[in-house]
Amino acid sequence: MDYIWGGMILLSLVFGACNGRMQEVSDAVFSGAGQGVEVCIALLGAMCFWSGLMKIADRSGITIFIGRLCRPIIRVLFPTLGKNSPAAGAMSLNFAANILGLGNAATPLGLKAMKCLQAENPRKDVASDNMLMFVVINTASLQIIPTTVATLRVKYGSVNPLDIMPAIWIASIGALLVGVLLAKLLNKWRAAH
Amino acid sequence: MNIIGAWAIPIVICLFIAVGLVKSVGVFDSFLEGAKDGARVLFQIIPSLVGLITAVEMFKASGALDVLTHAMEPVAQLLHIPSDVMPLALLRPVSGGSSVAMLDRILSAVGPDSPSGRVASVVCGAGETTFYTSTVYYGSVGVKKIRHTLIAALTADATASILSAWAVNLLF
Repeated sequence: MDYIWGGMILLSLVFGACNGRMQEVSDAVFSGAGQGVEVCIALLGAMCFWSGLMKIADRSGITIFIGRLCRPIIRVLFPTLGKNSPAAGAMSLNFAANILGLGNAATPLGLKAMKCLQAENPRKDVASDNMLMFVVINTASLQIIPTTVATLRVKYGSVNPLDIMPAIWIASIGALLVGVLLAKLLNKWRAAH
Repeated sequence: MNIIGAWAIPIVICLFIAVGLVKSVGVFDSFLEGAKDGARVLFQIIPSLVGLITAVEMFKASGALDVLTHAMEPVAQLLHIPSDVMPLALLRPVSGGSSVAMLDRILSAVGPDSPSGRVASVVCGAGETTFYTSTVYYGSVGVKKIRHTLIAALTADATASILSAWAVNLLF
């Protein structure tokens, strides 16, 4: 992350100079910083609400129950997860929200899952294998109906705005498989070294 | 679909609360406690998100994307990714809002049912804002060393773009 983040900033100076866009780069510093806070504020309501709801679910045993229901899938992806870990339930709910395209619910549920995974993580500043797998699955984001894309296609008069769905499924399932396999392989490889 | 989405959320909420009431866990107190935790977690994310989004905005403003697209031209040709879609494929993992804006521009320029328009739609629909997700998720629990997360996630993103072009060629 150090190199990517630092590299992006250094490169923008270089390219900004080459393209004569220093003013834009300079403006972007402050608008970007402001946007970072705006994104957080936009998330705040959903975050509070879903965290509150998940607390109720935890206390009434719903999280554990859902985790047990999804155990077969969870066990394959996260073999080192504790048997009764509350993370299993939170992760299952996060996957369900992602697939249904409920982004507002998916992020708070995902953060809740991260918190549960962190509780089982022996080294708090280093990502555990389970965390890594969970984040990779989330960055591959399987979604049944791509609502935003469909809306734009309607706007520009597509004859059949949803005819691209099978192609999207192929691409996202393929990406998910590659991500999961690579995460698994690298987890094993790093553990061996 | 919107029907599934519209029903799913209220039903899940009512279900959770009903079970909570039956087991008398003190639903409102639990809710408040959880919501407070949620707010706290979110404030922990602010620094990492400000850092990430500022870097992304600077990078975009510098015009580096055009240069990168140009450099990737041979790769794009090899993988049959249309050249007008390449900037979108590069931007997709970095910034969600800008990708949607770029898809808007592409669709208005070439039409949603043209080959490029279709590939662009699929690239946008199949991808995810990898850097954002990784920053927010790890930032919320204070994990700093993310090991091979980005290698796996970005390879998955590249796969999504390649498969997008392939699937559109195959199906249309």
